[in-house]
Order: sequence, then C-alpha cells, then structure tokens
Amino acid sequence: MTQARFELTVGPVLFNWPAARLADFYARIADEAPVDRVVIGESVCSKREPFHADVTEAAIGRLERAGKKVVLASLTLVTLERERRAARAMVAPPGDEAGSREVDIDDLTLLGFVPPGGRFSIGPMVNVYGEATLGFLARHGARRICLPPELPFASVAILGRAAAEQGVGLELFAYGRMPLAISGRCYHARVHGLSKDSCQFVCEQDPDGLPVRTSDGTDFLAVNGVQTLSYKFANLVGDLDRLAGVGVTSLRLSPHTGDFIAVTHAFAAAAAGALSAQEALRRVREAQPQAEFTDGFLFGGYGAAPLSVA
Amino acid sequence: MTNRVSEHPSIPRFPRSGAAALGFAPLLPLNLAAGRLATSLARRHPALFERLGEQAGKNFVIDPTDMPFVFRLAPQPQAPRLRAERRGSAGAWDARIAGPLAALIGLVHGAYDGDALFFSRDLVIEGDTAAVLALRNAIDNEELDLVEEGLALFGPFAALAALPASRLATLVGGLAGVALTRRSGGSFA
Amino acid sequence: MTLELVCPAGTPAALRAAIDAGAHAVYCGFNDETNARNFPGLNFSRAEMADAIGYAHRHDAKVLVAINTFPRAGDFALWTRAVDDAAGMQADAVILADLGLLDHAARAHPSLRLHVSVQAAAANADAIGFYARSFGVRRVVLPRVLTVQEIAAINRDIAIETEVFIFGGLCVMAEGRCSLSSYACGNSPNMNGACSPASQVEYREEDGDLVSRLGGFAIHRVKAGAPAPYPTLCKGSFEAGAYRGHVFEDPVSLDAASLIPQLAAAGVTALKIEGRQRSRAYTQAVVRNFRRALDAHAAGRPIAAGELRALTEGQQTTAGAYSKTWR
Repeated sequence: MTQARFELTVGPVLFNWPAARLADFYARIADEAPVDRVVIGESVCSKREPFHADVTEAAIGRLERAGKKVVLASLTLVTLERERRAARAMVAPPGDEAGSREVDIDDLTLLGFVPPGGRFSIGPMVNVYGEATLGFLARHGARRICLPPELPFASVAILGRAAAEQGVGLELFAYGRMPLAISGRCYHARVHGLSKDSCQFVCEQDPDGLPVRTSDGTDFLAVNGVQTLSYKFANLVGDLDRLAGVGVTSLRLSPHTGDFIAVTHAFAAAAAGALSAQEALRRVREAQPQAEFTDGFLFGGYGAAPLSVA
Repeated sequence: MTNRVSEHPSIPRFPRSGAAALGFAPLLPLNLAAGRLATSLARRHPALFERLGEQAGKNFVIDPTDMPFVFRLAPQPQAPRLRAERRGSAGAWDARIAGPLAALIGLVHGAYDGDALFFSRDLVIEGDTAAVLALRNAIDNEELDLVEEGLALFGPFAALAALPASRLATLVGGLAGVALTRRSGGSFA
Repeated sequence: MTLELVCPAGTPAALRAAIDAGAHAVYCGFNDETNARNFPGLNFSRAEMADAIGYAHRHDAKVLVAINTFPRAGDFALWTRAVDDAAGMQADAVILADLGLLDHAARAHPSLRLHVSVQAAAANADAIGFYARSFGVRRVVLPRVLTVQEIAAINRDIAIETEVFIFGGLCVMAEGRCSLSSYACGNSPNMNGACSPASQVEYREEDGDLVSRLGGFAIHRVKAGAPAPYPTLCKGSFEAGAYRGHVFEDPVSLDAASLIPQLAAAGVTALKIEGRQRSRAYTQAVVRNFRRALDAHAAGRPIAAGELRALTEGQQTTAGAYSKTWR
C-alpha cells in the first residue's frame, strides 16, 4: 500500500450544466471518485444560481455522507448588491452554528467577512504570486491556497517552501480548462447577439465552454459566460514527481463532461505513486479523448505550450 | 455605444521634384553630416542611449518613404553610427521604421504620437517591435530639436549660424511641409 | 469640488508635459517589472523619479508612483525597495495591487499615502472596505467593469476616495485578473507588467491582409489599407461557434468625457487618463483638453462636445462599462 502524495480536490463545476446533469455528476463523485474534497456551488455567474440551488443542497448531504469534505464555492467577481449579500451570508451564516462549512474564496470581497479564527481556502482567481501574500492570507486563516494557473514552476517551488513554513496547504489547478480571466461582460450573450440581462442562458449550450479559434482556425480559448478559459486542458498528471518534491500538497481537478470519474482514478493512482507518468497520461487521454493537454504555464514558458511530458 | 471618430490629419509628403533631384546627389556629404550628428547626439544626450538599454545593440533602418535614401542607425552608446544608404542596398537590420519624412521628423520633435501614426498606417514598422518601441520612447523623452542638434555641430560658431539656420529651416520646412525645428513644429491633433 | 485630473507619464518629458498642460497629479513607475507598463524605453530611473517629484512639487502637482504588479516569488525585495524608495523621495502616494506589498507599505511607511491599483480589481464596497481596514488605504482606482450607478452606490458605502478611468486604453476583463497574454506568449500584466508585449507581437502580410500575431496566435487580420490591427489580445478578431469577429471587445478605446458630470455626481474624487506608453505629444494634448473640460465643469459651464474626438486618432471610442448595455 502506497501513501498518497497529494490530496485531491474536485473544483466547482464552472459551466452551466442542467440540474439533472449536476445531480448525476455529484452522485457519482460521492459514490465512485477517490477524492478528498469537493468544492461545490456557483463561482462564475450569479444568474445561474437559482437553477441548481436545490441540487447543490442535496448533493452536499450526499457527498458528506460519503465521507468527502465539502467546501462552498464563491463567486469570482462580486459586484451586485445581492451578490454581496450572498457572499456575506456564506462566510458568516446567521447564528454562526458550529461546523459551518469552509468557503473557497475566489474574490477578496469575502476576506473581509471572515470572522476571527474563521477557516477558508483560496481559489485560483485570487492573486497569490509571492510568499508575502501567501503569508498574509495564512495569518488571516487560509488553510489551503490554490495558486493562479499562470505561475511558473520556479514560483511554485518557492511558494511550496513558504506554505510548509506557514502550515497551509498548497494546491495547483491540475486538470481542466484553466480560468484565465473574468469580466463584467458576458461573451456567451455577446456572440449570440444578446444582452447580459436577457441572456436566455445560452451558456447552457456549451457544457465545456465555447471554443474560440483564431482567424486561421487555431483553437485558442474557450468562453463560459463572463469567464474566459484556456482551450487546452491543464493536465499535470505526468508531473507529479516534480510537484511532490516542492511542497505541493493537493491537486484541483476541474469538472468536465467525458469520463471525469476515470480522470479522478488516474490522478489518485498517480498521486499514490502506483502509476507511471506515461500510464497516468494514457488513462486521462482515454477518459477525455477530445481534449488537448498542457502543463505550459509550469514548464513550457507559456500557458498554451505543448505538454512537457510525453 | 461606439462612435466612429475623425481620421488622422494627412501627413505632408516631400515634393517629388525635390526628391528626384536629391536622387542624383552623392551620399557622401549626407553621410559625413549623419555620422557627426550621431557622435554629437551621444555627447549631448547620453540619457537617450541609456534609455535604450539592451535595445541599443540593435540595427535600425529608418526609411523616409518620400526620399530617395534611407538611414541606418546603430545606437550603441559608446560609438553610435548613423549613415545614409540607397534604398534597397544590402544589409541586415533588426527593425525598420518607414513613413513620410514629415512623420519621422514630427515624431522626433514630439509633434506626432507614434501609436496614432502606426494605427493610421502613416508609419510602418517591421521586425523587432520592442526595439522600435524603445527607440521611439527614448527619442520622445529627449525633446530633441534637429536644428539645434545641427547647429551643435558648428561648436563655438553655433551662435553665429543659429539665425540663418532657423530661417533656412523655416523656409525649407515651409516648402516641404516638414517641421524642421521643434519650436515651429506642427501641433498634435 | 474640482475633480482631480490624474495623468500618465511614461518618461520625464511626458511628466513635465502633463504638468505644464494642467495635470493635478501624474502617475508613473520605475523602469523595471514593478509597474504594469514595463515597456522598452519607458519609465523612470531612481534619479529621474526624484527629479520628477521635485518638478511636480514645485508646480503644485502630485506624483503617484505605480508599483502595481504582483511581486514574483523569491524577489519580494525588488518590490519593497520600490515602495521604500518612492517613500524616501516624498512621492505623494504609491499605487499598489498586491496584498503582501500593501501589508509591507502599511507597516514600514505608516504616513505614506496608499492607493489601491485598478490591478487589484476591488469591484465593490466590501472589497474596498477590506483594503481600507487592513492597510489604511486612502483611495481605490475602480476596475472598468462598473456602471456609473454602481460607482455612485460604492461611494455611498465607503469612506475612502475613488478614482476612475475617463480616457484611453480599455481592459475588457477585470484588471489584474487576466492571464490571456501569458497563455499566448508567457508574459502577463500581473507578473511582467506588460500585456501582449511588443517583443512577442509580430506583424506579417498574409494573402494581402496584414495579420498581427501574439506568440504565434493570429490575433487580428485587416485588409491592406485599413487601420493597423490592434496587437492586444482581448481586442482581437476570432471565431466562436457561428460568430466571427471581436468576441471579447472591439478595438476601441475609452472616452467617457461626456460622463464627467455624472461621475462627479456619483462622488468620484479623481479622473484617470490611461496611456503611459503614449508620446508626450499625446499626453500634453489629452491633458490640456481634459483640464479645460474639468475647469468648465467646475465653473458650471457645459463641456464642449467632441473636443477630444481628434485624440482617439481614427479609432472607435466607447463609454465602456459605465453604460450598462456594454455588458
């Protein structure tokens, strides 16, 4: 029996999935996925929230009964009044009953609401580039920090040491289309000739995001409502030896269509050192045959660089 | 809500007849003057070369498209070189900046904005864009006046030459539509 | 109360031009990756910054030093030194984005005025309140994702000053929260202080079109003779599904001059002009025009329409997120 070198976190579903798909997805995560932690809830667009609030509530119970730690996702860009109210309610629930769940903070708005001694994790859209910011967040109660996807390996290595000293977990965005930008403008609405306020939820048509190609037909990015993602999927499953050596403690796997459960199994086996990098990569490719993979931000000098491992 | 706004005012071109006449002129005197100008610039404006940083090692071709020759600039701080060449003569370059003489001089004098000239395509840039940007920014900071720089070549006799030179600049500038001195320079927008 | 006009300066000459043209304050940065306009040939050496601050103070203008990139792991000292030097030179404020650096500045220089950079994307009263409480910041530069109504609501809820962009380049993404540039070419505004940097941009003639490429990705393509294609990624022309065109934003720049009265009524303290990478000629012309507009507004006179049109040089302009339809 080998010891797992990393914890596995399932990130929030970034896309506008119909309630039935979401319910099915979390049922399978609860029953079949060898993961430690599940971040659940809407992080991209508050307009989507009412449609899956019930499903999320039910899924939380099911995940916890299955022994997964549940962390609540929060919005990446908080501007509206009702978004601010919701953010406040998440971090300090009324009555503040013991055992209130940990929140994944992806916008500093929520940081100001954290009560003394409160626990939270930091999502990939909060700017943690250096050890001073990491230390600041650790002192304010961060338990785990998922680094921005654009950091190079050299920075991750330095932050790994700092995280160990501060006693916080260090997480990397290890699988899925990477969140690259957030905007006040909805691109899904824009390309469909709609306004954001009457968007007809067209983002639902693209369960993995809408690919954006250059004028000469090269796949480049993907839009997901107000969010812009990479076209390529991050895939660090072949890099785990290097990452374990520098203090990375957990891996965030971002949900996609395809055989996501198989992806979690491949990562779990690789995290335990039970699979070679090549074999782990082969299994992830098999689970998501359409995807192009990259670890370019870490090892290739730019985010869209080809995978550094064969 | 978007509005289409006015185009950049057109840049004057050097008269064809004048350019044709210059086409037969020997380059040697122009080269001597250019060389001396480069040496004098390095002495009078060391900050210009410092500001270029690592881009100072690059080779620039500055191409006044309405003239029959181009300039080649190698702005190393210790030994800057500037020489005139026939257009199309062989020789590698890192960056090429091309546009009407008036636009190029207007850039040096701070009468025009480089970005604006670029987007209106009055200025064409090829090759190493970072080098061009560095050169543009370094020159913009120096508040150069080409007549003053020309006069500086006369050393102690600069004062004597100043009045006729500025008259000549105004006269030639008026004929060619080119702001040859910063003080009488064109105004932006 | 007169609105404060905050103007860009990429070089000492541009700083003097801006002040001579009527800038109340000028923002600028050191010539390294500590500031978000880290372009070749641009920005201020330590000696130039000290001189510039002296020039500004002799002319009753302020200098705000932008140290608004995110310190690289292992190199924090490069950024703290920039803050310490700006404080030592009597800069009127430093403009910061990074939590760790704000923390350093607040502890090491309690009397130094701190502004939250637009790169921090503090987009609501709660986030702004957090910066105010944690670091004692005095002003926040608002991200360009807010409507005028939202700005007014923020100002009702916070105790510190707000500064908003009024003219110049326009980010379509929440600033400081965008890695598109580094995805394509490795350099990012947050890490390197440059979006779509010139060194990674290539212009090439292809089949009669002029194509701009960033890190090899075709960003924009125009017919010969059309205005040159924009090198910035988010204003490129792409395909998404059946849509062909500017998926993110048209190649526009911001011109909210007509909204000066509304922004003043919304409680804004300062108006910011973008463009540290532009020439001193541009700086001088834009500043002069905006100072005239602000003086007219302060005196209760109408702001002459279209006065600033010529400055956008053939590009399209937009009021951006200030009007809600932009979203």
